[in-house]
Amino acid sequence: MDLAARPLAAVLVSLLAATLLPLAGRRPALREAITFAAAGLKLALVASMLPAVLDGQAIESARLPLAAGLTLGFRADALGLLFALTASSLWLLTSLYSVGYLRAAAVPRQTAYYVSFAVCLSATVGIAFAANLLTFFVCYEVLTLATYPLVVHAQTAEARSAGRRYLVYTLGAGQVLLVAIVWTESVAPGADFTPGGFLAGRAEAGVLAAAFALFIVGCGVKAAIMPLHGWLPAAMVAPTPVSALLHAVAVVKAGAFGVVRIVGYVFGVDVLRATGADTVLIVAAAATILIASMRALGEDHLKRLLAYSTIGQLSYIVLGAALGSVAALTGAMFHIAGHGFMKITMFFCAGALHTQAHRDGVHGFDGLGRQMPVTMTAFAVGACGLAGVPLLAGFIAKWNLGVGALTAGDEIIVGVLVVSGLLNAAYFFPIIYDAFFKAPTTETADAREAPWPMALPLGVTAAVALVLGVAPSVGFRFFALARLAAESVVAGSGGLP
Amino acid sequence: MSEHLPILIVVVPLSAALVVPLLGRRSSTAAHAVTLATLAATLVAASVALTRVLRTADGVWQYELGGWAPPWGIEYVLDPLSGGMSVLVASLALAAAIYAGPYLRTSGPDRIGLFDSLYLLLVAGLLGIVATGDLFNLYVFLEISSIAAYALLATGGDRAAVATFRYLLVGTVAASCYLLGIGYLYALTGTLNMTDLSARLAAADQPTATAVGVGLIVIGLAIKAAVFPFHGWLPDAYTYAPPPVTGFVAAVMTKVSAYALYRVLYFVLGAEPAAASALVFLGWAGVAAIVAGSWLALAQSDVRRMLAYSSVGQMGYIIFGFSLGSPIAIVGALFHVLNHALMKGCLFLVTGGIRWRTGLSSVAGFAGVGRRLPLSATAFAVAAVSMVGLPPTAGFFSKWYLLLGAFEAEAWLGVAALVGSSWLSAIYFFRVLERLFLGADESRPAPERRDLPFGMLAPALVLALVVLLLGLFHQPVVTHLLERALPPTVS
Repeated sequence: MDLAARPLAAVLVSLLAATLLPLAGRRPALREAITFAAAGLKLALVASMLPAVLDGQAIESARLPLAAGLTLGFRADALGLLFALTASSLWLLTSLYSVGYLRAAAVPRQTAYYVSFAVCLSATVGIAFAANLLTFFVCYEVLTLATYPLVVHAQTAEARSAGRRYLVYTLGAGQVLLVAIVWTESVAPGADFTPGGFLAGRAEAGVLAAAFALFIVGCGVKAAIMPLHGWLPAAMVAPTPVSALLHAVAVVKAGAFGVVRIVGYVFGVDVLRATGADTVLIVAAAATILIASMRALGEDHLKRLLAYSTIGQLSYIVLGAALGSVAALTGAMFHIAGHGFMKITMFFCAGALHTQAHRDGVHGFDGLGRQMPVTMTAFAVGACGLAGVPLLAGFIAKWNLGVGALTAGDEIIVGVLVVSGLLNAAYFFPIIYDAFFKAPTTETADAREAPWPMALPLGVTAAVALVLGVAPSVGFRFFALARLAAESVVAGSGGLP
Repeated sequence: MSEHLPILIVVVPLSAALVVPLLGRRSSTAAHAVTLATLAATLVAASVALTRVLRTADGVWQYELGGWAPPWGIEYVLDPLSGGMSVLVASLALAAAIYAGPYLRTSGPDRIGLFDSLYLLLVAGLLGIVATGDLFNLYVFLEISSIAAYALLATGGDRAAVATFRYLLVGTVAASCYLLGIGYLYALTGTLNMTDLSARLAAADQPTATAVGVGLIVIGLAIKAAVFPFHGWLPDAYTYAPPPVTGFVAAVMTKVSAYALYRVLYFVLGAEPAAASALVFLGWAGVAAIVAGSWLALAQSDVRRMLAYSSVGQMGYIIFGFSLGSPIAIVGALFHVLNHALMKGCLFLVTGGIRWRTGLSSVAGFAGVGRRLPLSATAFAVAAVSMVGLPPTAGFFSKWYLLLGAFEAEAWLGVAALVGSSWLSAIYFFRVLERLFLGADESRPAPERRDLPFGMLAPALVLALVVLLLGLFHQPVVTHLLERALPPTVS
């Protein structure tokens, strides 16, 4: 296929699957085959753009013209490809995991589930490849609408109330984002995302700061920056694979990715420095990291604990974007991939513990390390990674963020990172200790290892978290992509080296 | 034959309206078949006329009725604006008439021929308003369409009769205001032809009399368009009317009055200071309508009333866009005329269908209905998402252009109203959607899945599909039609 057509094709392939899936009706094998085919094809399409993008190219598909000089279009640059690679490779693994989970947990209405999931992936890759703010917004809102049926999938009163809260937060923020985007369109008509931003000199500092605040509120809800995070723990009522891919990776990363796009490709680091808005964002991110970790410490439901851990980890990305040096931006962008693999491992493990050992809390894991060795080992790897232990993916991000903070003279940020790591260890390690160093109780003695469709994906993601920590630039070359994107942003805004 | 198209689109349904009741005495099936054939022919005529207008360089087709040259004779004018409106009116008329088929067979009035006759009169009246180039002729068609609408709306039962009587009183006041207004302008200029009057009004140099005339015309048309605070007749009239009538009337009737306002204020009185003041007033009324309509919709427990109040708010979008007066804002308003007709038509058709099938129309009553009528509920969901203004539906893009226009004009209150109304409409529409799809009582056995008959389902599904596709692929409509429908003073 023509290189230029690939970003568009990568977006559309799962949308096509979504239209085919209802036709598969009640034949689960066909339904799963369509999902796997679409997921595999999507990953292949996205990965095939890697060499050209690493060469410094941006691959652009034909635009769809609208009125008044506006267009909708997709373009794969380094940052977009990093996010798209993360999302599409995790979709393939999650599809496999879903097959195992949905059967083990006897989840009803599976066709609707797979259709919504496929639409979500189209929207996510659309967000990654969006060439301008309007395209970004269209995909962003489609993602909200497509995830709603997944959040309320159980159709219980609790699920409906979580769904309501989800919509109030995300649609509310969507309108704020819309205002910010329309404002941008009115001062810079037809502008595309540009490394280093395109708003410099287009408006006074005060107006720019106000617009930036609207952007951050708009994206901050999905990125769960405190105090805009309230929907995320509630949304954990969804089936575990949904929480895994959407609420650890696609939706929340769409928000964090949006923050990076807006800081690096709409405003530019220098413009933000000049308005002082970067300091506000740094403080908000640092506060979110600490408060979320402390809230996680007091949480006794495993998925909600993971939700708070996600809230804290996402703010690493926001923090890196706000710091704005090459090292900090690299760390932030790399964390989109790194945190994706680590956090999805944790959710996969939580789902396996739910179906195999009927454990939803954070206590009573005694001896499970022996009963479910693969699951609990992967859990331990993910937990260590999130705490920032060296040789795991989380450390790479943290190290670069720390370097970025020191370059910028924000030593206190290094302290925040260290404290956050300790808190992460404090809420994960008791679980690991119980699992590996205590004898099984009567409740856990008959738990069996997860079936292979669940165990394989979580083993793979844990292994990737390990590989990314040791050699962050092999395979999909996430680190090289992050570095490339960070350098282009800083070069574009002419800021710090 | 084809050189008479501008008058044929009015005369064809008008003459069929005379034939259909006679035919209906023999066979109501034949009467309805003739109605459908007439409306299909009207739609074809309107589409052919529009393509012809769009192909010409200046895009204006002036037709002299009976060969009498204006200003003595009555003139019909098809330009991209009136041509586009007539296609919109004709297509929704056909969609609602197809939908009416199964409804009339089971639960309509006894005399289907009379119902169809009134319906054709209503369509002819609305097409006449759109196509005419003469202010008094416009009044005649305004009354034809209104009287036909009163009769049709009143066929919905006792409460409908009361609601319609109120509409009749208010509507008559509106029509009288309009007539008095054009009386002033006629006294000043001695002409009723729109083009001619536009040229002579400046020479008349009677600013006070002009202002009174313009004011009366604007108030008359604003009542007909249900512009806040003149919307009082609308909710009851829409709520109790028979479903096919509401589907058509709610979709196009207020929009045709808004068209008349736009035509008069920009094309006829474009140069008058009184028109500029009227637009300022309408801008504030539009912003108030957006807020009040959405707020009142939130408080309704009956889905039909909720949709009716949402119409009040959406008319505010359109009027607000017209009042801003920049190309992008007017394009947004015109695009919203189109979108709102499609989505509100779809919503009322589905809501009426659900009531027809299940007897339920309250928000609470919709619980679990999506399980019983899945395709209808899906059409409702698409149109509802478009009403909230979420991408990728058409409703998002008209809101986008309106917002761009508001930013350009620095109308911050308007921006706030548009965004606030999106929030409120998200709440009241998702409240219904949640019940539709998730509200089923799991403890009881699932009721039988039985969607609407094809004749009622197909129009709603087609409208929903158009709403969805028009979102991403609206560029040809905007560049070939809407941008050519801008007044000469603006473009």
